[in-house]
Amino acid sequence: MTEFKYIIIGNSHAGVGTVEGIRQADRTGSIAVISDEPHDCYGRPLISYLLEGKTTREKINYRPADFYVKNQVTKFFGRRAEAVDAKAKIVTLDDGRTLRYEKLMIATGSSPFVPPMRGLDGVPKYYTFMKLDDALALEKALSPEKRVLIVGAGLIGLKCAEGIARRVRHITVIDLAERILSSILDEDGAKLVQKHIEEQNISFILGQSADHFEGNAAVLQNGARVEFDILVLAVGVRPNLALFEQIGAACGKGVRVDASGRTSVPDVFAAGDCVERLDISCGASRILAILPDAYGGGEAAGVCMAGGQSRFDKAIPMNAIGFFGLHVLTAGSYRGKVYEKVDDTGYKKLFYEDNRLKGFIIIGDAARAGIYTALIREQTPLDTVDFPALCRQPALIAFGAAYRKEKLGGVR
Amino acid sequence: MKRVYVNEQWCLGCHLCEYNCAFAQTGEKDMARALKGKTIYPNIHVEESESVCFAVNCRHCADAQCVKNCIAGALSKKDGVVEIDQSKCVGCYTCVLSCPYGCIAPNETGVMQKCQLCLSTAEGTPRCVAGCPNQAIVFEEREEV
Repeated sequence: MTEFKYIIIGNSHAGVGTVEGIRQADRTGSIAVISDEPHDCYGRPLISYLLEGKTTREKINYRPADFYVKNQVTKFFGRRAEAVDAKAKIVTLDDGRTLRYEKLMIATGSSPFVPPMRGLDGVPKYYTFMKLDDALALEKALSPEKRVLIVGAGLIGLKCAEGIARRVRHITVIDLAERILSSILDEDGAKLVQKHIEEQNISFILGQSADHFEGNAAVLQNGARVEFDILVLAVGVRPNLALFEQIGAACGKGVRVDASGRTSVPDVFAAGDCVERLDISCGASRILAILPDAYGGGEAAGVCMAGGQSRFDKAIPMNAIGFFGLHVLTAGSYRGKVYEKVDDTGYKKLFYEDNRLKGFIIIGDAARAGIYTALIREQTPLDTVDFPALCRQPALIAFGAAYRKEKLGGVR
Repeated sequence: MKRVYVNEQWCLGCHLCEYNCAFAQTGEKDMARALKGKTIYPNIHVEESESVCFAVNCRHCADAQCVKNCIAGALSKKDGVVEIDQSKCVGCYTCVLSCPYGCIAPNETGVMQKCQLCLSTAEGTPRCVAGCPNQAIVFEEREEV
């Protein structure tokens, strides 16, 4: 039995955030990181850029090469944490080794959801698109004569499409939803982005799912047949909750955590795509499954694991995603009244209620959009700023002299 | 930690800081030759209305959202300065979505750029401040926000 002060299960952004949080409060306590992936932490959302050629295997790494040494982390990579005994405080690895902890972070993330589909077992091979190894496996199959079918027009499916578009003959994307990117875009915004993507030799079939597969063809609900050489399934993801269920941690859709990342089980913390937490833009507990939530939640939890004080309590959905040069920035919840400006230069909708900005969708001109994000995160009363001016253009001039004196002049 | 602070009551709205910033990035000796006829990509921007004007650049925040949210690990904080490794940036705009001051933006190639206080230039001190005719921006120690 090896003992560590801190054990972190998961080595993606929440795991790295936890290491960095711990080291803010404890420079020397022993840390072990367990990951079923054999790699140092890499930018997960970068796998599409890797296939596109915008980054490399070296540059995709999330932290410098000496990160684990500098932070005195003992790596258990390429190993799965099979079991947690939260009473004895023991983690058992898939090779039978046991590790004892004082504080445990479980950041097991999520996995692609593959729904039961008739005939799928007769498809020679299909791909998912979440991890580096998924991207590398898909890359081996790419060649200019291949036809690709992607099931799922969400963030993962469409970034995959962009990443491989120049390396295959044609891509078809199907989705049961009537619009693309349905988790972040409204109908009009989705149409605009869809049109832009369609100009890149990518076709969409929406409002349809694969009824069944016949070898290398999908037969849709309407009877249409889509033949493919490569099948990518990007229907959705499910949080990896098995370890939380073992230890009886309270779960909703994800494991429940407070602003310090604590689960309902003593000395067990959680962060990343497996947790649900309060989304302050809508007041409900949700799985956010975004990198800012993973890193920020992990970092705050790490500080608290090491006995410090930190809270990650301004979580909101936020996504910046681009397709073939068109940038889509969204944040918060789309509720309340709407300020709308849609013209040739771009597409902007701001959603507000109860004197607060709640959410926005910006397509195209994204300059300074973070000023809007901050209004949501800080829940700034809109009657304290020049909101009509802010609607037209995000700028600090709308915030008043006192705000600027503090933020730009360093005077409290 | 020394930072660029704004004295907005002194700002003339001359935009010289923007030109000096863009010039500093070129590494050239002559400003006219370096910038004439070119679109400039300064890291400092003057905001102005009829009654007030002031310059805005990176605050090098204690709790820098751009660093925490960067999907590529391209942004980091070293000795109080928020730095970007442009070779790692994929131009995803998450930092643009995250910065509360609107102080990070893409260059002409789509890679993000930001104020790094001219620390890596020959002068080693912010050129926007050095060239400000009215001390409307200053580089000094104040309480960190």
